[in-house]
Amino acid sequence: MAEITLKDVRKSYGTVEAIKGVSLDIDDGEFVVLVGPSGCGKSTLLRMIAGLEGITGGDILIGGRQVNDVEPAERDIAMVFQNYALYPHMTVRQNLAYGLKNRKTPSAEIDRRIAAAAKTLEIEPYLDRKPRQLSGGQRQRVAMGRAIVRQPAAFLFDEPLSNLDAKLRGQMRIEIKRLQRSLGTTSVYVTHDQMEAMTLADRLVVVSAGRIEQVGTPLELYEKPATTFVATFIGSPSMNLLHGRDASAGWSLAPDVARPNGDFTLGVRPEDLSPILANGPAPAFEATVRVDGIELVGAESLLHGRLENGSELIFRVSGRARNAIGDAVKVGASADALHMFDANGHRFG
Amino acid sequence: MQSVVFPNKVLPYLLLAPQIVLTVVFFFWPASQALYQSVLREDPFGLKSGFVGLANFRAILANPDYLHSLQVTVVFSLATALLSMALALLLATSADRVVRGRNVYRTLLIWPYAVAPAVAGMLWLFMFNPAMGTFAYILRRNGFVWDPLLNGNQAMWLVIVAAAWKQISYNFLFFVAGLQAIPKSLIEAASIDGARGTKRFWTIVFPLLAPTTFFLLVVNTVYAFFDTFGIIHAVTGGGPAKATETLVYKVYNDGFVNLDLGSSAAQSVILMIIVVALTAFQFRFVEKRVHYS
Repeated sequence: MAEITLKDVRKSYGTVEAIKGVSLDIDDGEFVVLVGPSGCGKSTLLRMIAGLEGITGGDILIGGRQVNDVEPAERDIAMVFQNYALYPHMTVRQNLAYGLKNRKTPSAEIDRRIAAAAKTLEIEPYLDRKPRQLSGGQRQRVAMGRAIVRQPAAFLFDEPLSNLDAKLRGQMRIEIKRLQRSLGTTSVYVTHDQMEAMTLADRLVVVSAGRIEQVGTPLELYEKPATTFVATFIGSPSMNLLHGRDASAGWSLAPDVARPNGDFTLGVRPEDLSPILANGPAPAFEATVRVDGIELVGAESLLHGRLENGSELIFRVSGRARNAIGDAVKVGASADALHMFDANGHRFG
Repeated sequence: MQSVVFPNKVLPYLLLAPQIVLTVVFFFWPASQALYQSVLREDPFGLKSGFVGLANFRAILANPDYLHSLQVTVVFSLATALLSMALALLLATSADRVVRGRNVYRTLLIWPYAVAPAVAGMLWLFMFNPAMGTFAYILRRNGFVWDPLLNGNQAMWLVIVAAAWKQISYNFLFFVAGLQAIPKSLIEAASIDGARGTKRFWTIVFPLLAPTTFFLLVVNTVYAFFDTFGIIHAVTGGGPAKATETLVYKVYNDGFVNLDLGSSAAQSVILMIIVVALTAFQFRFVEKRVHYS
């Protein structure tokens, strides 16, 4: 159990700065997810916490102890790797025991912890098998087990579900969350899948180009994205962005909507847009879309279209779309569903 | 396996012809000659030869010289294989840690493999020749009585070191490839699991290199058995007092120097059986047992 603190952490490869000063406080028992596009530095950040990558600036503290130059083994963390990294020449039991044996844990204690972890993860029948005899999901559980038996101060997860199929991924996601809650161990989880990030995280950290874009609960990030990057990254399909200077070219904004001076970007989520009824009240935002694509995704439909000025706009209707390709549809959104960003892409208001 | 049908009946055989010719001329024909010769006995003047059944084999296996040679071969082969593999593994793990200029190191370490066995033998002979060798001089200066021309154990060490040195490059290449094939995340997992340095090497890296190690053990044994003739011929000539006379060297000595063709042929048949056994061992046992995924 421990809190993890990053203070202006930096990492350079030669002249290239991969991590450009990251500060983050992770509370004891918190589940924090680092999310961002590939190559944004989120994995590097995790590996720096683990001690697998050195840092070139700043401080990393685990449980209040500065660990900048501490070996990975001495940091009291356990890591679950993307490819599981199970030792192929050892049985599942030996895999779980390895880290404990290296720490000179008494063998009775090792047996006790393995039995408990195997029970929790339902891997008891496989304890004497080799990893190659297990399926992807079972290997994933063993990798989790190897982390649990150590009873570390923190779990680090490096895209642990990306090698599983969609169904299993959904199951494991729920299990990881449940497990983390019951153990109450501080966890840092890296993923590029924003869906996974939203469902797992107590707090989300959106990383882009070696910097933190925004930190907050999934709901905060969804409702109040701080930048256009976060706005488009969180939520699926991503938020529609329209440039303020194009106003009147196919869309309009009620005059009482607060907006930054000068150039601005308007964001509105596809789920907040709906077709306007002919005799309803005039919404704060209005646009006329020429539909050029319809996706039926189960309970709802996504309609892709273009405005008069060529900007793309996606909106969502429940059930089947009543429109056909080529139709011009008038859609609108209320004032509280609008996101305003200034010329630099930062949230306004 | 997809079966492919060639429309042309002749072309496939033409394409295979070079390999078939080589195999027949340089393998099947000599091998059949050896089998044939091994059941014959020449008269002392080489004028006629008569069928003697398995008498040659009985004679060899009852001959203390042959059994001594067998013992020499086993000692020589195991020592050569283990020494060259141990050194190659040490170099490979060191080269794996080098970041700057690793390709230069690797290239330099591969060079000895290009040296012909006889030349490699000459190199070591010159370095350790009691009369003019630099190292022999250094050894004697330091009070070590060095004379491989008289001392059989020292002669054995010299051929072992020379034979092992030449094979280090080959083993090094395979070990480097083997080390590179170990996923980096396994090493990282082990380092988080608290295994460092030697412990990590013996509990994780070495077991994962097992397929490579077993393969090399067989290859090196075969090398030490059969491909070291040039080195032994150049360095010791099988001496002193047959102390370094391996089975292959004895085949040469008995057949081409002492002209006992029947016995020599029988010995080479036994060698042939050993090769077949080693290869079968590699395919049957090694390939199955030590692969992980």
